[in-house]
Amino acid sequence: MIPEIGHFALVLALCLAIVQTIVPILGAQTQNAQWMSVAKPVARGHFLFLLISYVCLTYSFIESDFSVLYVANNANTALPLQYKISAVWGAHEGSLLLWVLMLGAWTFAVTVFSRSLPNDMVARVIGVMGFVSVGFILFTLLTSSPFERIFPAPLEGRDLNPLLQDPGLVIHPPMLYMGYVGFSVAFAFAIAALLGGKLDSAWARWSRPWATFAWVFLTIGITLGSWWAYHELGWGGWWFWDPVENASFMPWLVGTALIHSLAVTEKRSSFKNWTVLLAILAFSLSLLGTFLVRSGVLVSVHAFATDPARGVYILLFLAVVIGGSLLLYAFRAPKIKSIGQFDLVSRETALLLNNVLLLVAMFTILVGTLYPLFLDALNAGKISVGPPYFNAVFVPLMLPLVLVVGIGPFLRWKKATLAQTLKKLVKILVIGIVIGVALPLMIAGKTTILVALGITLGGWSIFSALYYLFKNLFRGEIKQSALQHLKKIPRATYGMSLAHIGIGIFVIGVTFVNAFQEEKEVPIQVGEKVELAGYEFRFNGVKEVQGPNYSSKQASVDVYKNNQQVATLHPEKRKYLVQQSPMTEAGIDSGFLRDVYVALGEQINPQAWGMRLYYKPFVQWIWLGAALMALGGLLAALDRRYRLKLKREKVVEEKVSDKAAAVTAS
Amino acid sequence: MFKYLLPVILFFVLCGFLFVGLYKDPSKVDSPLIGKHVPIFSLPKLMNKEEVFSEKEFFGKVSLLNVWGTWCFACKQEHPVLLELAKQNIAPIYGLNYKDDSVQAKTYLRDFGNPFAGNASDLEGRVAIDWGVYGAPETFVIDKKGIIRHKHIGPLTMKDLQEEIIPLIKQLKNEAS
Repeated sequence: MIPEIGHFALVLALCLAIVQTIVPILGAQTQNAQWMSVAKPVARGHFLFLLISYVCLTYSFIESDFSVLYVANNANTALPLQYKISAVWGAHEGSLLLWVLMLGAWTFAVTVFSRSLPNDMVARVIGVMGFVSVGFILFTLLTSSPFERIFPAPLEGRDLNPLLQDPGLVIHPPMLYMGYVGFSVAFAFAIAALLGGKLDSAWARWSRPWATFAWVFLTIGITLGSWWAYHELGWGGWWFWDPVENASFMPWLVGTALIHSLAVTEKRSSFKNWTVLLAILAFSLSLLGTFLVRSGVLVSVHAFATDPARGVYILLFLAVVIGGSLLLYAFRAPKIKSIGQFDLVSRETALLLNNVLLLVAMFTILVGTLYPLFLDALNAGKISVGPPYFNAVFVPLMLPLVLVVGIGPFLRWKKATLAQTLKKLVKILVIGIVIGVALPLMIAGKTTILVALGITLGGWSIFSALYYLFKNLFRGEIKQSALQHLKKIPRATYGMSLAHIGIGIFVIGVTFVNAFQEEKEVPIQVGEKVELAGYEFRFNGVKEVQGPNYSSKQASVDVYKNNQQVATLHPEKRKYLVQQSPMTEAGIDSGFLRDVYVALGEQINPQAWGMRLYYKPFVQWIWLGAALMALGGLLAALDRRYRLKLKREKVVEEKVSDKAAAVTAS
Repeated sequence: MFKYLLPVILFFVLCGFLFVGLYKDPSKVDSPLIGKHVPIFSLPKLMNKEEVFSEKEFFGKVSLLNVWGTWCFACKQEHPVLLELAKQNIAPIYGLNYKDDSVQAKTYLRDFGNPFAGNASDLEGRVAIDWGVYGAPETFVIDKKGIIRHKHIGPLTMKDLQEEIIPLIKQLKNEAS
């Protein structure tokens, strides 16, 4: 019964989404206020039914209702509760349902936070999002319904893919999807503006917090994915340039370009066409990512269901949504005039440079990801493009970008003098170089030119952001107390600085790990000691451990430095009972300056095991930097000026309605 | 106008490629070598450089050739699957250790299990070219006459084993030599 209710709720959500698409958009085109006013209530109802549908599926998982095919394929009675709940998005059908649920949630958020917007704008935005929702709900219902029953029901389920039974992966997909789907709001704003023919700085101000929020979620999602790979795959890597990773990284790069370009459009009324195109592109890449992951056109370690029928559907949908919006863009863009003029040396140029570098980086990744597919389609053979390609093209593009990150905020809008700005920044550059030379020598006792360059750039980014904050703090005369001063700086400024500090920390982390990590693959006897990078690893033996749905061989390894014990690690080899697949759980001692990482290999003889030992300096800085970027984005999105605007409009609205009430009363 | 139409044109070209790509299985390759005899070669064995590993190893039995290297991440993922297949003992798996450091390769096999009945050491990757290798890992299935019957690109999974490789081996074993 419950799964049928879920299915029915999904059908109702589809009906509402169709209404949500047609009525408000037609209303906006004909300026029919009544039709436009349909948008908000219908969008809320649409979300409600999606939520019901989703809850029903979750309930089937919690109750282990194996008469539902999707539940039988992805759960088991022995599966712990938290993984039963997360198993809902453990495979294709359920993750699609999560996708549409989030789209519904973002639309709901638009209906709540759009009071200051003109009615036709709101109607169009909600209509466009309704259209996207129609496409995805139809896709779910027609090709991949999670509510399908099987008869007779199996007694036991086939269990969730063991790779996905990890706390990191419980929140990774929802965060990633929130980001992917979140770009649909900025996309809907762009399409609404193109449809209405009005593209001004107000439009940019409305889109900006939405785009930034989506970017924050995507940043968190990608970071968690990388964290998960590090912990769960057992090879000590944090980024593999896998097609599925690339599929999430490309919208992130364009999203980063978008939030910077929106700043120019808002403040200077410049870059309008460009910003609209970026908004379309960011969401298009999110859709393309969904297509790449779901259709099986590419080989990946993250194998998902592959089915050409699904692929054809998504491709058609892509063609309609992306092709349609790009056509609309082609017709409307020539009429849109950017007003702001700017000199060669100006903040606009710096942001343009940022945009160009990010987009070029995105294209190199797109080409690298799809190159095997292009060749194959042309019958020119099959080939795989590996990390060497990506590292070779990506890193050189990022170096100048980090350089610009340090200078950009100090340049004035419209017209700046490079000499003056550089004079201000010379001391920062000196600090950067000193750190770049000294830090590797202090920590690792050795260095190379590339390492020095990487650390210098990282330090440059961090200290120029700090300096920017400092300058803002002591600008003008200090009349207030320091605390008042701190409060006076807008959150957006804090956000930007924090994110740029995050970039610096990230760059330092990557540089250190790549240059100075050490690893050893050794057979090790019980009681034996092995040395790596100044650490001693003592193997105490292996014992059997029973988990709820797996049995495990758990090793115990003591780690010593200078004859003092620093940690005891417990790397495991798990065997999940239902799917019979082996899984590695690495034993990791994380620290601010280094991680020590042990993964258990095969048993060689009763007394000896193969073991992989890793020493990873500064590896935590990679995720720390990424987390700071996300936090910075969050602060920027919560900047007071977006909310002040809202309040002021509300006051006006209330006054008007008061007046109206007074008029009716008299 | 063309400037503004460029994005949409590029996009539809991309769609064309994606559409064709949908009907191609990226892990299946019509190797021109399928149905042909294994190429003639002679390489030193990995475990003992003095001994020679040549195409003769493939005659008279159904066997597999797996192209691998310790530098290859996907090969490491595939390793437990190969161990599982070796455990079943239905056909010998030979290894082509591709552009690898021999010492590292030997240590790796010692520490993580050795699924191979024998390994040829192709330091420069010359022989791999004759076999039409695109990258590691790749797996060939060879019949009793020494004819290549199947090629799998990318890491083998348990599912590939059960649904493709093992049935094929069984079928080939029943063929007359």
